[in-house]
Amino acid sequence: MARDYSGVITKIDAIAAKVYADLEKAEIPALHLSTRTKANIRFDDDLNVWKYGKNMTERSANSLDGAYMLLRTMYLVDFIKEMISQSKSSTLRETYYISEGWNLAKFSSQNESDMLAEDLEVITGCMREDFKLRPEEDGARVIGNLVVEEMTRNNTKKKIHCQDDVGDAGYGIPYNVEKEKLTFKQVDADFIIAIETGGMFDRLAENGFDSKSRAILVHLKGQPARSTRRFIKRLSEEKKLPVLVFTDCDPWSFRIYGSVAYGAIKTAHISEYLATPSAQYLGVTPSDIENYKLPTDVLTPEDVAALKSELDDPRFQDQFWKHEIKLQLTLGKKSEQQALAKYGLDYVTDTYLPEKLAEMGMLKK
Amino acid sequence: MPEAIAYELAKKQKEISVAEFFERNKHILGFGNPTRALFTSVKEGVDNALDACEESDILPDIYVEVKNPTEEECVVIVEDNGPGIIKQQVPHIFARLLYGSRFHSVRQSRGQQGIGISAVLLYGQLTTGKHAKIISKIQDDQPAVLTELAIDTNKNRGEVQHQEIMHWDKPSGTRVEVNLNADYKRGKRFVYDYLQSTSIVNPHARITFKEADGTEHVFERTADILPKKCEEIQPHPYGVELGTLIKMSKETKARKLASFLKTDFSSMGDRTANAVCDEAKLDRNLNPADISRDQLLALHQAFKKVKIMAPSTECLSPIGEILIRRSLKNETREISPEFIFTASRPASVFTGSPFQVEVGIVYGGNLPKDKPVKLLRFANRIPLLYQQGDCAITTAIASIDWRRYGLDQPSGNGIPIGPAIFLTHVASTKIPYTSESKEAIADVEEIENEIKLAFRECARKIQLHINKKVRRVKTREKFDLITKILPEIAKKSAYMLNKPIPPLEKVITKIMDVVWIEDVVEYEKVRGKPVQRKLDATSPTGQSESGGWIAKSTIMVVNYKSKPQKFNLYALFPKDAVVGEVKPKPTKVTDSYIKWSLESIDPTKKIDILFELAGLNKGDFDENELYVQNINPAYVIGADKWEGE
Repeated sequence: MARDYSGVITKIDAIAAKVYADLEKAEIPALHLSTRTKANIRFDDDLNVWKYGKNMTERSANSLDGAYMLLRTMYLVDFIKEMISQSKSSTLRETYYISEGWNLAKFSSQNESDMLAEDLEVITGCMREDFKLRPEEDGARVIGNLVVEEMTRNNTKKKIHCQDDVGDAGYGIPYNVEKEKLTFKQVDADFIIAIETGGMFDRLAENGFDSKSRAILVHLKGQPARSTRRFIKRLSEEKKLPVLVFTDCDPWSFRIYGSVAYGAIKTAHISEYLATPSAQYLGVTPSDIENYKLPTDVLTPEDVAALKSELDDPRFQDQFWKHEIKLQLTLGKKSEQQALAKYGLDYVTDTYLPEKLAEMGMLKK
Repeated sequence: MPEAIAYELAKKQKEISVAEFFERNKHILGFGNPTRALFTSVKEGVDNALDACEESDILPDIYVEVKNPTEEECVVIVEDNGPGIIKQQVPHIFARLLYGSRFHSVRQSRGQQGIGISAVLLYGQLTTGKHAKIISKIQDDQPAVLTELAIDTNKNRGEVQHQEIMHWDKPSGTRVEVNLNADYKRGKRFVYDYLQSTSIVNPHARITFKEADGTEHVFERTADILPKKCEEIQPHPYGVELGTLIKMSKETKARKLASFLKTDFSSMGDRTANAVCDEAKLDRNLNPADISRDQLLALHQAFKKVKIMAPSTECLSPIGEILIRRSLKNETREISPEFIFTASRPASVFTGSPFQVEVGIVYGGNLPKDKPVKLLRFANRIPLLYQQGDCAITTAIASIDWRRYGLDQPSGNGIPIGPAIFLTHVASTKIPYTSESKEAIADVEEIENEIKLAFRECARKIQLHINKKVRRVKTREKFDLITKILPEIAKKSAYMLNKPIPPLEKVITKIMDVVWIEDVVEYEKVRGKPVQRKLDATSPTGQSESGGWIAKSTIMVVNYKSKPQKFNLYALFPKDAVVGEVKPKPTKVTDSYIKWSLESIDPTKKIDILFELAGLNKGDFDENELYVQNINPAYVIGADKWEGE
């Protein structure tokens, strides 16, 4: 399916043109982009997600780091143009290795090239996919009473039933989950449950929670990839399914929920594509630690710092989160979702989840 | 009726000879134990030898040998190339305590009391019963005289046991050989440390040390210039004690009080002399011989109340920053330190005695980072090796907050920890030692303060050096930016847009926005050409060596500001150097700096400056001190603001 990239090329050329114009005017070349920090995200009332605010960062050739950044940007946009003209694409990791041949513009780590690709999205308003760059990480797994239709490599459409046509591992979410690649056919479920750990995903699958409770199980694989978040958002919005997020009970897991529901700080420029504002946090909450008397570990200094940082994270300012985070700081403890096994392997599906779902008005007991 | 007890006692009362007194109090003179005895003997011999050579304008060449024939016994030999001693004087100088030429004079010297070397002989005689052997030769065309000497401790007199004429290759000199009980195994290290330290503060001396096993160490001379001769001065009124004042009034040749004050004291002119007389309510025409004790007391008190000029510092002979630096550099070669800085204070006064403090800091290289800084203490060019804790030098260093200067100092006082050596030299006509063994300087507030000021000054220099380095590194990074990265950015953007590469000069000046000054000092060996040496002015050896080093300093000034810049540049150089070729033509050359009024430099253009210095040793000067005027100093990297002379 040939796609028109002329818009992308115009936007990319605009970057080179800006730098060139600065040099011609005898100005120190610089590019400007939204500041990508916690302090610069604002809730967008129209889109119902968190987006970058008004603060801008300057990438200027006035400093050594800034100059390197500009040079790398020049090389990267040139490389993207080349890929577009040759109808090729590359993974982010390949891009990092390609830079080996860029002499001074060589990236010193993949983190740098990934960040720069995101910067380019912020500057141009395009998406990574427009740049023919794809992520290394694949999407996660899905099990549930859902039929998807995917465009396969041989350009034929294939329907897959996410219970009957898949093994224990479930259906693997591809990196491209846009409409031209993937559509949702019929669904027979009441909600989507997004699970942090593979262990808990497998427990729910083994216990048949998807059938018994009419749930679609999605494995987040830690901090979820863009495609996983996009998949959840589309499924939730197109099939009107509520989303529940089920994670460990520690500050890092709260951030996983944050990125599913509110949008991640790093990708706030595309929150409206990725975030599912209606997603709710199911647990494990710090209150659950007390209510269910779960086995715990002591919070590390890093955990405590992360919790405190969340207290002034604009995304966690509602009553629920303030209360839970403060409670966890008082407890000084954290717990894992698999700690529920303390009461037996079926406890989570037979007792914990039904109770929590009932509490949230999802399931009648 | 029995005799009064006083008569009985009187039979037992008799004069105690000085020698007898010291025999019983040998610890006072540093012979308290066999380890100290070895060190003290070498020290007294070497101090004497150095003094003798310097008084006769001879560059000292000193040979020290210690033999260790038996477990308890050592033979100490100290030989110099000094003026020698006429044979009649030998017994007085070597075997009579409190005999010497320096006891009465007010000037800086190593020994003062005339106890030193005779105490060594006395100790040797007491512990081994053997006689000392002195060889001395006073002139090249005369034979040397060997004297074997014993001390009569009752009479405080030397007794010549044997005297003979012999041949000696030296043109002149003295050799002392003394047998004494000493602990060679433990004492050897102190002897070595002492000789090494001595060599640091006596760069004009060459010292050879031969150990008992035949190992030879040579501490090379690093300067062939004798220290400035110290002039004798009259006592200063602030420092004189009442008893001395009474004695002086009896002995003076002056017939009137006012002229007595003017001629027999330093820093006394007509006005101060009269002011003192008025203050003491004494007639200025009184005959000093007729003045009563009470009147002298009034005079003594008047000294304290009248403002009297500080004593002349002509009587002091500091080592000088350049020579301290050179010695430290030479002695720390193996450590390869990162830098050496020195500071010298102007002369100051404590209770009428002039004194002057000089310090040096060696930093970095292979010095241990986790140990306390090593202190090298010197008083009148004598190393102080013992009683570090009791010394004013230690107290002063410990009271500075070194954390500010980047050294560790756990509680903000005490000896700092770090890879450094601190050298302190106090020169004075009268070093206030804590005790007779002369190992520590007493806590005189004035001296402590001067030491602190000197170290602070030195530390500030170090900090400036480091700041300058940091600023340079930062700006140097920008060179990469403008020379490599910026052209690449321009090239790539031009290529993508299919346009010509734009000119970059103006952007470069905007990014740099500084005037960059970079300099390098190189040395070039010159042969044959006689080099004028200022330092040698007083030295008999004069223009001793043919050839020497020429320091070539190259300075590059680049204007990376967007506007043309025109300013003055100053380059400092050591006072002892002689300026050779200077390019471009300087506006002014003094004995310590060169000034250029540079022509206007256009953006991205540069000027090369060169000057040559003669009369320095290699490494005496390896960093330019540059200053600028008529330009905002914040624009300039590599030079500071000129604050005037």
